[in-house]
Amino acid sequence: MILATLQHLGQRGMQVFERLGRASILLSRIFGGIHTLVPRFSLFIHQIHSVGVLSLVIIVVSGVFVGMVLGLQGYNTLVDFGAEESLGVVVSLSLVRELGPVVSALLFAGRAGSALTAEIGLMKATEQLSAMEMMAVDPVHRVLAPRFFAGLFSMPLLAAIFSAVGVLGGFFVGVGLLGVDDGAYWSQMQAKVDLYDDIMNGVIKSIAFGWVVTWIAVFEGYDAVPTSEGVSRATTRTVVYSSLAVLGLDFILTALMFGD
Amino acid sequence: MSDNNNDIIVRIRNLSFSRGSRRIFDDIDIDIRRGSVTSIMGPSGTGKTTLLRLIGGQLRPDAGQIFFDGEEVTGASRRRLFELRKRMGMLFQNGALLTDMDVYDNVAFPLREHTDLPESMIRDLVLMKLEAVGLRGARHLMPAELSGGMARRVALARAIALDPMMIMYDEPFTGQDPISMGVLVRLIREVNDSLGLTSVLVSHDIDEASAISDHIYLLSGGKVVAQGGAEELRNSASEWAQQFMQGLPDGPVPFHYPASSFRDDLLSGGEGERP
Amino acid sequence: MTTRTTEIWVGIFVAAGLASLFMLAMKVSNLSAFSGDEGYTIYARFEDASGLKVRSPVTMGGVRIGRVTDIRFDPQQLVAMVTMRIEKQYDTLPVDSSASIYTAGLLGEKYIGLEPGAGGGCEDADLEAELEAELGGGGPADAGAAADAADCQSGYLREGSVIKLTQDSLVLEKLIGQFVSQFLTSKEEGGGDAAPQGAAQ
Repeated sequence: MILATLQHLGQRGMQVFERLGRASILLSRIFGGIHTLVPRFSLFIHQIHSVGVLSLVIIVVSGVFVGMVLGLQGYNTLVDFGAEESLGVVVSLSLVRELGPVVSALLFAGRAGSALTAEIGLMKATEQLSAMEMMAVDPVHRVLAPRFFAGLFSMPLLAAIFSAVGVLGGFFVGVGLLGVDDGAYWSQMQAKVDLYDDIMNGVIKSIAFGWVVTWIAVFEGYDAVPTSEGVSRATTRTVVYSSLAVLGLDFILTALMFGD
Repeated sequence: MSDNNNDIIVRIRNLSFSRGSRRIFDDIDIDIRRGSVTSIMGPSGTGKTTLLRLIGGQLRPDAGQIFFDGEEVTGASRRRLFELRKRMGMLFQNGALLTDMDVYDNVAFPLREHTDLPESMIRDLVLMKLEAVGLRGARHLMPAELSGGMARRVALARAIALDPMMIMYDEPFTGQDPISMGVLVRLIREVNDSLGLTSVLVSHDIDEASAISDHIYLLSGGKVVAQGGAEELRNSASEWAQQFMQGLPDGPVPFHYPASSFRDDLLSGGEGERP
Repeated sequence: MTTRTTEIWVGIFVAAGLASLFMLAMKVSNLSAFSGDEGYTIYARFEDASGLKVRSPVTMGGVRIGRVTDIRFDPQQLVAMVTMRIEKQYDTLPVDSSASIYTAGLLGEKYIGLEPGAGGGCEDADLEAELEAELGGGGPADAGAAADAADCQSGYLREGSVIKLTQDSLVLEKLIGQFVSQFLTSKEEGGGDAAPQGAAQ
């Protein structure tokens, strides 16, 4: 009984390594095809539109709301210490260091990541990828690479937009509704938020997240079982795994960057 | 090897391939003659599509060799394979058109990917190919708007876009209405002869395939059980050939899936089977 | 969606992203105050620099004129050696300015406040330079001593100057200890007179 369970666990463990290996090989093939992006630049632009522009709505709306909530909650806590002038610092640091990169990555995984997986999985199921191979066109270079690099490129931009919009949301709630001093909001922020330590680190985080989320999305689609059930499972896996990966990576990066 | 190049375009020797525990091909030899229409037939599940993938290098055999136009496909590098594939066209069962482009762009796809021709020339070529399959007027439709038969014809136009040496058809007649079937049958033969191609059909529609094939291979149980022209096979002494050509429900390919004796099965049942 | 429309939207997207980054850099961070590497380095020794951090502000008259860039322990003099970077435009700081570590606000963030000196004290600087040259040894302190002697002539702090007068960071335990011992001393001396001489400033 126990032996069977162990065996089963062992098999699953091996599967994990197997998948990780396949995913890494796929990634190296994608990077190997980066030069094929140049003649296909319009494909790349089209993908940025599909992955980045179409995510703008959810990112902006979420950013505004997150910023407003931060303003509200931050105020409620700070007012007990008489430190509500520091609201700008609370809102901006929370967003730039953590919430901006992380939340936008999670939203991206849910919206763009799942769409990528479904699209690629469906192309596999309808033999379009196979057809491309038989026409001597490498589907990894033509289908996967533009999507991967579009995701990698869009993620930091989306995170920046999220943070910027969030800061404005916090401003609206704090200064507009709760009466925090306008000047104090911005000046305290400017004193405390550092370009390199906070903003640059936030950008680095969002690039790392973009890499991981798009990699998982593209791999799951390419690796999906070519049936409708297989594609739906692959889509679920993308959202779950990339969310977990983002949170785990966030911890590691935060420890590296903001620890001592 | 000179007679090789002139006469035989695909040479398969000692091919063995297994999927899991199932032996799909067991040491088979097949020759496809240049300029001919050859059909590979057999009951469902004998791995006919797998054979096409093996010829195209998408799969690697466990043993044996495959030669295309004098060059070895088995064990070729990716770059080599891509070169070889430019000389092959393949028609998938459902057409496998790229769904995010219209008919025109689908046919233009191989031209745009593999040649540096200017758009005006590409336009001429695409229109020519579409005209050959009778769908020039449909060039701005999206694949989702096409019927199954039309999609296959567009896929055929796409397959001949680069003027390949050989076209492989994966079950082209399956699930088609009689008119579409007629259209396809005519197209396959015409395209083959007018463009000087070799065609390899994988199918189980005997009448259609027999009508246009020069040579037929019958596969079953991983082996070539019969080969020859359509007439030859109909008059063949082989039981396999007879069962297949006449569509007999039982014969060397049994009706019953292997199971224990019916009497024992009925009598041993208790409360009923759980699904 | 035509290619042209797609491209326009992508362009807008990228522009919005870059604008956000720009806005974050400009309005949110301290970039505007971060005027680059132009400035000069000065040093100060403290017996106790607890709580002071790298990048803590350096102010004079309440205005931030620079930042702490390094805090080290000087193993020869057994004191803390703090390195500060003063912005280029503030080059009229008297050479005998003093540096004290203060606490800002409730949250206990430490910063260095400089107070301008009267401008004298050059004799001390020359003497010190001679002494240290005789005794030998290396380190920024000695380089600073020689530099002091040099810029004492100009009257202002320059690159490499060392601030002589420093006041340490206030540590709560020491404060309490000081308070208690003074209290006990005054009780002994003054009997009923229990007013302790103020130690806290």
